[in-house]
Amino acid sequence: MSLSGLFVQALNGLAAASTLFLLASGLSLIFGVTRIVNFAHGSLYMLGAYVAWSLTDRLQGVFGFWFAIFASAATIGVVGMLIELTILRRIYRAPELFQLLATFALTLVIKDATLAMWGAEDLLGPRAPGLAGAITILGRRVPQYDLALIASGPLVLIALQLLLTRTRWGVLVRAATQDREMVAALGVNQAVLFTSVFALGAALAGLGGALQLPREPAGLSMDMTAIGDAFVVVVVGGMGSIPGAFVAALLIAEVKALCIALGDWQTPLGFVVAFPKFTLVAEFAVMAIVLILRPWGLMGRPDVAIRPQATTSAQLAPPGRGYDLAYLVLGAVLLTVPLLVETRSYTLVFGIDVFVAILFAASLHFLMGPGGMHSFGHAAYFGLGAYAAALCAKALNLPMWSALLAAPVGGFIGAVVFGWFCVRLSGVYLAMLTLAFSQIVWSIVYQWDGLTGGSNGIVGVWPTSIFSSKAAYYCLTLIVCGGATFVLRRILFAPFGYAMRAARDSVTRSAAIGLDVRRIQWIAFAIAGAFAGLAGGLFAFSKGSISPETLGVGRSIDGLVMVLLGGVDTLTGPIVGASVFLFLQDQIARHVEYWRAMLGLFILALVLAFPAGIVGTIRQWTFRR
Amino acid sequence: MTAPLLKVSGLEAFYGAAQILFSVEFELAPGEVVALMGRNGAGKTTTLESIMGLVDRRSGSVDFRGHELIGLRTYEIARLGLGFVPEDRRIFTDLTVIENLEVGRRNPSDAAQEPWTPDRLFSLFPNLAEARDRSAGRMSGGEQQMLTIARTLMGNPLAILLDEPSEGIAPIIVDQMIDMIAELKKSGVAILVSEQNLPFAATVADRAYVLDHGQIKYSGAIASLLNDEEVRRTYLEL
Ligand SMILES: Nc1ncnc2c1ncn2[C@@H]1O[C@H](COP(=O)(O)OP(=O)(O)OP(=O)(O)O)[C@@H](O)[C@H]1O
Ligand SMILES: [Mg+2]
Repeated sequence: MSLSGLFVQALNGLAAASTLFLLASGLSLIFGVTRIVNFAHGSLYMLGAYVAWSLTDRLQGVFGFWFAIFASAATIGVVGMLIELTILRRIYRAPELFQLLATFALTLVIKDATLAMWGAEDLLGPRAPGLAGAITILGRRVPQYDLALIASGPLVLIALQLLLTRTRWGVLVRAATQDREMVAALGVNQAVLFTSVFALGAALAGLGGALQLPREPAGLSMDMTAIGDAFVVVVVGGMGSIPGAFVAALLIAEVKALCIALGDWQTPLGFVVAFPKFTLVAEFAVMAIVLILRPWGLMGRPDVAIRPQATTSAQLAPPGRGYDLAYLVLGAVLLTVPLLVETRSYTLVFGIDVFVAILFAASLHFLMGPGGMHSFGHAAYFGLGAYAAALCAKALNLPMWSALLAAPVGGFIGAVVFGWFCVRLSGVYLAMLTLAFSQIVWSIVYQWDGLTGGSNGIVGVWPTSIFSSKAAYYCLTLIVCGGATFVLRRILFAPFGYAMRAARDSVTRSAAIGLDVRRIQWIAFAIAGAFAGLAGGLFAFSKGSISPETLGVGRSIDGLVMVLLGGVDTLTGPIVGASVFLFLQDQIARHVEYWRAMLGLFILALVLAFPAGIVGTIRQWTFRR
Repeated sequence: MTAPLLKVSGLEAFYGAAQILFSVEFELAPGEVVALMGRNGAGKTTTLESIMGLVDRRSGSVDFRGHELIGLRTYEIARLGLGFVPEDRRIFTDLTVIENLEVGRRNPSDAAQEPWTPDRLFSLFPNLAEARDRSAGRMSGGEQQMLTIARTLMGNPLAILLDEPSEGIAPIIVDQMIDMIAELKKSGVAILVSEQNLPFAATVADRAYVLDHGQIKYSGAIASLLNDEEVRRTYLEL
């Protein structure tokens, strides 16, 4: 490894850091003032690249190019403003889960809108006129454009700092970051402040996407990669801290660049360490270390993390005998279905999907409702279970039953590792961290061709002969999922379940009566992960093949929607929610081309109609006179 | 008495399902200092926050300069010329002293008013002048109390709701506070000051209302409250 190679990679890292910073600074700014975590931030970044593609296509020359870049940023700023005015403004006082879900829904809508307008093909952007060449540094060629990009990060940092410290607007933004109510009591119209902050944050994301175009084609997967990276940067830097985001972006980009620069290393022991592969987990490693040392990030403040729960959840009453009986009867009735329909009937396939979804939703509900921890990356445990099972069956040639045992173990291990970090945080931080972890798992699975088959996934995962008929597999999933869901419910009314809810309702009080809150939450994570993994294992054998999509962010959102549809405070919620959701999805996906957008709009309608949550909204209605 | 600047009638307030205020009535005339007294939990803060629109559910009527405040947003209420100084100060600790003042800055709603400027405030609060560019979070409790009042004054209010200004500060600062309130009164600002401390209230206020369990139990000149041992024992003393 030569010094000049290292240098070139370091420059490359600086260029990447600038893009990361543009993304993360907007996200951080928006969160600081509005307390909304904008999951659609990656989508705005993607949109910035697409708009820039269209504009640079029409505007030529040096002036035209730069005009196009800044016009793209401005366009995205306007898009952000419209989003704030039409959607976010209505949900500032809603529970944070609903806010997160609303911006999640936006990502779906934006993705389909982009697909409709620009098509599915990646779009190659132009070279920047005047900066298309390369200069030679230490005998290596460095693209001129990269140098421009490197400069953009510090320039934006300085501009933002000046804006925040030298203008009245900036002073108000900083004050609002600390105490919005007091700012209002001093006569400041927060609505204007919020809209402008959101527009600025969106414009920064758009600028990041537009500037990236000459280096990387515009594609439909940009949004999710970008949001994953941006979350990591914001969490590492400290939420709400702009300089923190800058330092974190540099750190992460340089660690990645270093991994590439180190290349393959022939160890004295004979095996080869492929450092470039570590780029996939580099940000994870950096985040892990930072969060262990400083749970609120490099430059964040411990106090901004926690936002008091808007409403305490309703009490759960232990289910009576009648409840158990009804559950058993329902199970028995469902068991007779294979006798009534044809062996290859779609009903059976649909039934299997529903049972798997119910178990998945129940495990997520366990964590979110009684556990009070919002996981936005629950698909990771589902997917780890699925891959564990598939690998046992295919790579190790183990029988199905042992593969199905490996599934919960896979989910469990993932949840133990990630949960250890997550329980150190709370609220939005925790949600972001879970999502970041699931994105990391996704990218590892996606890129580790040798083990996971990369984007092709693993095919030919079929059940053993006795369960090879759909009817038999239907019965198996019904019994396993029904049983597992029942066990989860039982845990809630065991001493552990009570401890878990106590920990959710008041951390300090629980600690005062001698409960180890973190430990309880960690165990809850592990349990939820194991059950999600089991669902994943059953899923793998029901489909016969799995791909990285099995643990993609889409599945995590599906889980959230299921849980929210049913209601976080009810025990039957996940069962009803999963069934209704699958039915809807089945109907929409079969009849509508842009089903993602439809689903997103559906979620938005749900959130806007019930801004305080369904239960909360009904309560408000009954109070009004 | 001149026509009231602030007139509260039938004010009720709720936290969730719990009713905190019951048909609260009182008035504040221009240039007057009125004390709102009561024990811990009597509802003083809730009353002030209800007037400012900081309590989610409230009903009744709050008239300020002919404007009905119930139904307005907090920032609109502040812009009509009503200043609020919270009991827990709520200084922007990340901002410097001068930046804190900047957040509060508004043009006077009445053109005849002589606007407050940082320099004018610094002569009223000399401690703040020295700390001008220091981070507000590093100031002492008493200095923060001064800053929160100065910050509100930057909005050139016609009336100020002052929540427990004497709570938890050193006696010497309390004396400064008394001088400052007298100074403000001279400049024509009306002040509604919530207090538990009767000697303090007696020094600064013209009239007093006594609140207990969310209801007004007494109203009258502060001098007669000092003489009314019955009311004092029932509603004020511990
Ligand atoms: N956020 C809240 N939620 C629920 N109840 C509240 C809340 N804030 C105050 N209360 C209740 O309202 C009542 C009145 O409280 P308030 O703070 O107005 O009293 P106070 O007279 O200002 O007391 P103090 O002298 O302690 O400041 C109390 O019984 C209190 O418990
Ligand atoms: Mg009070």
